Amino acid sequence: MTQSTPAIRLAGATKAFPDAGGGSFTAMRDVTFDVAPGEFVSVVGPTGCGKSTTLSLISGLEPATAGEVAVTGTPVAGIPSTVGYMFQQDAVLPWRTVRDNVALGLRYRGVSKAEAREQAQGWIARVGLDGFERYYPHQLSGGMRKRVAMAQTLITEPEIILMDEPFGALDVQTRELMQAELLRLWAGSKAAVVFVTHDLTEAIALADRVVVMTAAPATVKSIVAVDLPRPRMVDEIRLQPDFLTLYREVWHALREEVEIARARGAVRG
Amino acid sequence: MAEYPAVDLAVVAEVTRAPVMTTADIEVPAFRRRRRLGVYAGRVALVALWLGSWELASTYWIDPFFYSKPSEIAHKLVDWFTNGTSYGSIWEQISATLQEAVYGFILGAVVGVLLGVILGRARYLADVLAPFIKAANAIPRIVLATIFVIWFGFGMSSKVATAFVLVFFGVFFNAFQGAREVPRVIDDNARILGASRLQMMRTVVLPSATTWILASLHTAFGFALIGAIVGEYTGADKGLGMLIAHSQGTFDSPGIYAAMIIMTVLALLAEGLLTAIERRLTKWQPR
Repeated sequence: MTQSTPAIRLAGATKAFPDAGGGSFTAMRDVTFDVAPGEFVSVVGPTGCGKSTTLSLISGLEPATAGEVAVTGTPVAGIPSTVGYMFQQDAVLPWRTVRDNVALGLRYRGVSKAEAREQAQGWIARVGLDGFERYYPHQLSGGMRKRVAMAQTLITEPEIILMDEPFGALDVQTRELMQAELLRLWAGSKAAVVFVTHDLTEAIALADRVVVMTAAPATVKSIVAVDLPRPRMVDEIRLQPDFLTLYREVWHALREEVEIARARGAVRG
Repeated sequence: MAEYPAVDLAVVAEVTRAPVMTTADIEVPAFRRRRRLGVYAGRVALVALWLGSWELASTYWIDPFFYSKPSEIAHKLVDWFTNGTSYGSIWEQISATLQEAVYGFILGAVVGVLLGVILGRARYLADVLAPFIKAANAIPRIVLATIFVIWFGFGMSSKVATAFVLVFFGVFFNAFQGAREVPRVIDDNARILGASRLQMMRTVVLPSATTWILASLHTAFGFALIGAIVGEYTGADKGLGMLIAHSQGTFDSPGIYAAMIIMTVLALLAEGLLTAIERRLTKWQPR
């Protein structure tokens, strides 16, 4: 597309963790792909292959062992302020109300309490939680807590949004609803998204490109462009013939890796 | 036709109210109240049995010189509260002990929490200091009361110091553990959102450790009282511990028991206060 600086650049990024035996375990090896500004990229791969590690490196939560990781043209060292991250598990503060949770990122950035709360109110409305400002997270359903997390992530207006199976723990109907909400909110931003999931339907329905990872250590197996028109209706798009063709293509790339991962799992188990 | 909606609304109201008014819901409070009354009655009976058998035993079989008697203890309490002790008003003694305990408690809790959460977050420092903290914790701290009297004299500060060391370690270890048990994902999330180290402490680590810290504060106030009383017992010019030491010196066993009862009441009152504070601080938790 454009020749401008990519929002995210991974070039030969490798991550090894020390293991219990004193050796090291390579979670990802030689991962290379770029994400353009405003682009939505899904990452799929067999269970436990190290997809999430990619996000850890981009977010700066973990340093890369080797290779290059850059965000908006700057090599990652520490946590870039332009990054938002939505986790698989509940990560909102249980001891803060919805409003204070949403306002958190602004408060950390030194915005005054009144100003932060006012902005939070707007985001609470945007994610459909009007009337729940004073609730604590444990008083909300799983889907509502995800909405809080979404508002909490988006309020800082990140240029890059990292999502690690954010809807994995939700039931199917809530998940589809949240996918639609995500697309709607993302359309209003210019953020680049990296969305890790093991659900191919979700990956294709949301993304501009799908990155297929190999079994551990993870590396890029293939990248499939999803040229379905936007705006998309996530609950209908999967019934289209184009979608099925894409699904088949991604599944073919993935199947081999899933089988490898399964065989290893069987040996270990 | 005009009346129809009104009837309809009444039906709706009836239907929506119906599930709330089940027989189980009506019976449960009555059942609970009866049960609670039963529990209280059982407790009163237990105290009556205990005091009655004690009174009986010390009247007919055992020597009240050593074991005293509930009636004598009650008499002693009444005497203290109406005529005062031989060292002045009983309230003066209570307030002395309470002040020492409260100061020791606050100092111990504040220093314990601060050091606990800081070391809980600073791996290197914690690793360096670990053996020293363990060694300090292994010292029988009651013995320190003697040293503190030598250092700080017979006044209040030696008792505060004793209460402090007793409170500090319990609170410190809990705060330390609490700071270490912050869920990884909450920690990561706050860092991504841009929390500085100080903001992290204030908004994530401290609230997360609150449950642990509060659990330790309950026992800590008991320890603070013990510290104050042991300090007074070791050497003081006022306080409940001094009353016990004096009663012991004059073979006045009702005095010892009476002082014990006052201490127990103080500890229970403090416990109630702490529970109220705890509820206030943990209202975000599911109950």
